Amino acid sequence: MLFYIVRKLLATVPTLFGVALIVFVLFNMVGGDPTYQMLGRHASEQQIQEVRHEYGFDQPKPVQFLTYLKQIATFDYGRSFATRQPISQMILEGAGPSLSLMIPAFLITTILSVGIGLLVAYFKGRSLDRFVVVVCVFGMSVPMLAYILFGQYFLAYRWGWFPISGYESTWPDRIQYILMPMLIFVIVSLGYDVRFYRAAILEETTQDYVRTARAKGLSEFEVFFRHVLKNSMVPILTNIVLEIPLLILGAFLLESFFGIPGLGSITIDAVNNSDFPVIKAMTTLVSFLYILGNLATDILYVVVDPRVRLK
Amino acid sequence: MTTNSVSLEKIPDMDRADALPKGRSLWGDALRRLRRDRIAVLCFGILLFYGTVALLCQVGWIASPWDQTVGKAFQPPSMTSVDLLLGTDLFGRSVFYKVLHGTRVALSVGLMSSLLSLPIGVVLGALAGYFGGWVDDLIVWFYTTISSIPNIMLLIAVTFILGKGLASMYIALGVTAWVGLARVMRGEFIKHKSRDYVTAAESLGAGHLSRIFRHIMPNVSHFIIVNMSIQFVSAIKSEVILSFLGLGVQGQPSWGVMIDDAKLELSRGVWWQLVGASGAMFFVVLAFNLLGDSLRDALDPKMRH
Repeated sequence: MLFYIVRKLLATVPTLFGVALIVFVLFNMVGGDPTYQMLGRHASEQQIQEVRHEYGFDQPKPVQFLTYLKQIATFDYGRSFATRQPISQMILEGAGPSLSLMIPAFLITTILSVGIGLLVAYFKGRSLDRFVVVVCVFGMSVPMLAYILFGQYFLAYRWGWFPISGYESTWPDRIQYILMPMLIFVIVSLGYDVRFYRAAILEETTQDYVRTARAKGLSEFEVFFRHVLKNSMVPILTNIVLEIPLLILGAFLLESFFGIPGLGSITIDAVNNSDFPVIKAMTTLVSFLYILGNLATDILYVVVDPRVRLK
Repeated sequence: MTTNSVSLEKIPDMDRADALPKGRSLWGDALRRLRRDRIAVLCFGILLFYGTVALLCQVGWIASPWDQTVGKAFQPPSMTSVDLLLGTDLFGRSVFYKVLHGTRVALSVGLMSSLLSLPIGVVLGALAGYFGGWVDDLIVWFYTTISSIPNIMLLIAVTFILGKGLASMYIALGVTAWVGLARVMRGEFIKHKSRDYVTAAESLGAGHLSRIFRHIMPNVSHFIIVNMSIQFVSAIKSEVILSFLGLGVQGQPSWGVMIDDAKLELSRGVWWQLVGASGAMFFVVLAFNLLGDSLRDALDPKMRH
């Protein structure tokens, strides 16, 4: 087990380095001198020199790359160009709102869609199953933005169930602002997820052990919840990792739309302000978190299915 | 040499003939299955319709010019004239025409980004799977790295760096979307490279390039089609999201820009711009989703028996 974890840890090192390299090449080389993006075309010579010096663009490229690696290692990305705040502080402040929105949203989505997936797999081929599959295909074809806009219009504006937008950092007050974006995220993701889990669970039900379980007289309920669900954990975990980018997209759209000051809002604001250092820091950080998420799943695979270790 | 090339041609066919009892080709069989699948035919029709609309907008035969004032601001939809089918926007322009032009933008993004990402994905995946060794290590490292940057972040970064606009969106989507295809192609090439027909081709003197492109490629090409239908949908969705975030299309009607406009209009009861754009997007995405499923079923050898 320990050997497996160490091996997986070592395998992420080239990926981490690769991400750093690609982000650096993209931001510091492909785009030309970032100073012009930050200042626009009409900056004075002195302004350009100052910005160049502050962000180290006047250094040779290898030195810039080393500085960037040092920034990653020390979690000190310098200051935002637009707000002059230290970027690491902005990120730490944004993490709270983002996590308190996206973690519950994600958990509810996963539990709900695995549950519905099990249920419709249990009723495979009957009218309930067909109905759910059709609803899912239609649901996943509606654009996410339409859910967000109509959701806000009906749930908040028309029916007044939730505040239209906004945020409060103190605890019980925070919940009322988070509920609606959370609900919208669950609805958006449900279509794809239910379909995926249904297929994964149906694939499990064709395995030999299911026949054995049935043959020894277990009820269908026991077959599904004691055997099939446990063995479906591997595809479920796989899908959870695949969902992380969707989660990030959801955070971007929902936070900027509902005025929640999380990491998504920070990024969107940075894009609108051409805030080069913040976008670069966010790209790096989000990618690193994603890689860590992948690593965590790789380790969880072994917990749910010891056979994985042997591969 | 002539006998050589003739037998080289025959080997893949024989391999396929073994797999299929009646000796139909992979594509012929898939086409037959698709034609029987009513939903697939319907979806294909829908896509053809969208394509025609986009093309007619491009040459300017319909919905031209889209930026002309046809009525008062925010006129609700009415059946009195074609311009007013979906009402008007803030500047009195026809929302219906904007939806049609949005189709052109969306499909062009899907098409151009697919055309860009397809060769990258196919060639890198084929090389990695076929050669193995350090080539494989390098290419796998490269696409693992690219796919470790969450897609929306990478898209935002690339469009931010290349500047806003349609062309940079083509490139951004093209250079980020090839990973899935490369992964599939690599897996297929690993499976196929040691099959008998490839060994036979090798023993008859076929070089690496010939084995990759003339012998293995035709046997795995259906994955490219399935992948393209997935890629098209994600390109259309990304275009809308990027345009919504203000990173995409500038000065042209796009579904994303329309949805972005709609977020301020909805509270005033102006719903037609949002419904028009989302509705147009809904049907094209639905058609691609369903067609993708049908294609997968029709081309999946496991479903045959």
